[in-house]
Amino acid sequence: MMPASSQPTPAREIAERLTALFWKRPGILLALLLAPPLLWLGVVYVGSLIALLWQSFYSIDPFSGVVVREFTLKTYGELLLPQNYDIILRTVTMAAAVTLASAVLAFPIAFYAARFAKGRWKAVFYLGVMLPLWSSYLVKVYAWKLILAKEGIVTWAANGIGAGSLLDAVLSIPVIGGNSLSTSFIGTFTVFVYVWLPYMILPMQASLERVPKSMLEASADLGAGGLRTLWSVTLPLALPGIIAGSIFTFSLTLGDYIIPQIIGNSANFIGMAVYSLQGTAGNIPLAAAFAVIPILIMLVYLAIARRLGAFDAL
Amino acid sequence: MRSDRPPFILTAGAIGGLLFLHLPILLIFLYAFTTEEKSYQFPPPGLTTEWFGVAWNRADIWPPLWLSVKVATIASCLALILGTLCAAAMARARFFGRDTISLLVILPIALPGIITGMSLRSAFAVADIPFSMWTIMLGHATFCIVIVYNNAVARFRRLGSSMLEASADLGANAFQTFRFVILPNLGTALLAGGMLAFALSFDEVIVTTFTAGTGNAAKTLPIWMLDELVRPRQRPVTNVVAIVVFMATFLPILAAYYLTSGAEETAGGGK
Repeated sequence: MMPASSQPTPAREIAERLTALFWKRPGILLALLLAPPLLWLGVVYVGSLIALLWQSFYSIDPFSGVVVREFTLKTYGELLLPQNYDIILRTVTMAAAVTLASAVLAFPIAFYAARFAKGRWKAVFYLGVMLPLWSSYLVKVYAWKLILAKEGIVTWAANGIGAGSLLDAVLSIPVIGGNSLSTSFIGTFTVFVYVWLPYMILPMQASLERVPKSMLEASADLGAGGLRTLWSVTLPLALPGIIAGSIFTFSLTLGDYIIPQIIGNSANFIGMAVYSLQGTAGNIPLAAAFAVIPILIMLVYLAIARRLGAFDAL
Repeated sequence: MRSDRPPFILTAGAIGGLLFLHLPILLIFLYAFTTEEKSYQFPPPGLTTEWFGVAWNRADIWPPLWLSVKVATIASCLALILGTLCAAAMARARFFGRDTISLLVILPIALPGIITGMSLRSAFAVADIPFSMWTIMLGHATFCIVIVYNNAVARFRRLGSSMLEASADLGANAFQTFRFVILPNLGTALLAGGMLAFALSFDEVIVTTFTAGTGNAAKTLPIWMLDELVRPRQRPVTNVVAIVVFMATFLPILAAYYLTSGAEETAGGGK
């Protein structure tokens, strides 16, 4: 519905002139549209990233605990101390394990949704992945605190089916075991997988949907069985999607600090180190240097993923 | 592989996977009714509804709830404006630096929250900005832009340029075209994007812990919950609050899905 054009009011005249200007010089309109979001992202976000890098080249005076505002590589050198190097190694190992497990668990869901789910079931699968993806992160972590608690449902179920001794045997494994599931690496790992699994399913499903049916038929015509087709045709074609998903699971695990803080044996992860260093310890330079590590790891990871064609699957 | 019937092991894996994703949440609901407040004993020794009343009367829950609502409202409004502007520009033209801009929009959510959080924390330290509600809001608006942007840009693309040209041919100026052609067509996509942004902001905890400071005045509901997780007091009360937080994110997502279903760009595809 268009308002009837009456006498040209001043406001209307300005609008007409601007319209003519935008028509003649589309670049001006483009610049006007882009200026507010770019200013925001440029100042608030890129500015902050630069501040982060900047802080990481400062250091802290070991005696007074005051930040020395002079450029130095000393803080990065501290990352190589055994206790800090351990944190990095532990986090990367966890991220790799979580990524592998997510890929294995995600595959049946993604494959079923892409190939066999039709109509109503397609919507069920879509919502079935989308809702856990979006629902509250903290609520999800809390749910697992209830599940993994020593007096919780897992212990109850294990005792119920007579597998209580099996659970104790698993928990007595050194390193990954612990006092209870909620204070062991097994627990931390399980919760990580649970929380990031939807991020793996979605790109995997998208890339599986793009595998042409004709290829699968050709494979069957050439005499390949189901497993052979899966291994030699479907998986290689779906690989970019799997790698795209692994970018999320890997990066999100690298940067998380809530999960290992709430469920785990209080061994440090990169995120926890960053949080405690900037807070109670007041060592912002070292916290910043720690935060740069995931960025560097992800840059390398992204470079490899790009080479494997994962970006077309995002 | 025959494409008409899935093998049993695949069906089992798929259904098992979906159950794995959904069952844990149900326990949150169950434990809100338990009579045991000192541990997470399963099965609960008894059931009661008293915790809802207790939660309602706890004075320490309401200020964080209002703060979260305020922050999420302001952040999603800002994100709506900035995200729509950006989508309008990106949908209408190809220009130099376009890929860089789309990377810039996605980056705040693609990088782990700890990096976004620590970056903002460093910037506040460098610029000597004191923590307040506005520092929380600043971070939230930044990572919400991409949510609105994703929804709006898909709708812009579907809208195409023919309608805009028709509007111009009929004598509408740029602002009339915006008000009477673009906005009505964009409506549901923006509503969906705004609600997703609200849900994301309402629930955010990692970036917030870096931008809120330590004072009680800057405690959002998720931070209140995090405190309870680390140092539990009345555990079932935490469950009641968890249900509220769950609903505050669950309902907008469901609404956003139905607002945009049917269109090819269903909301939420890119969190």
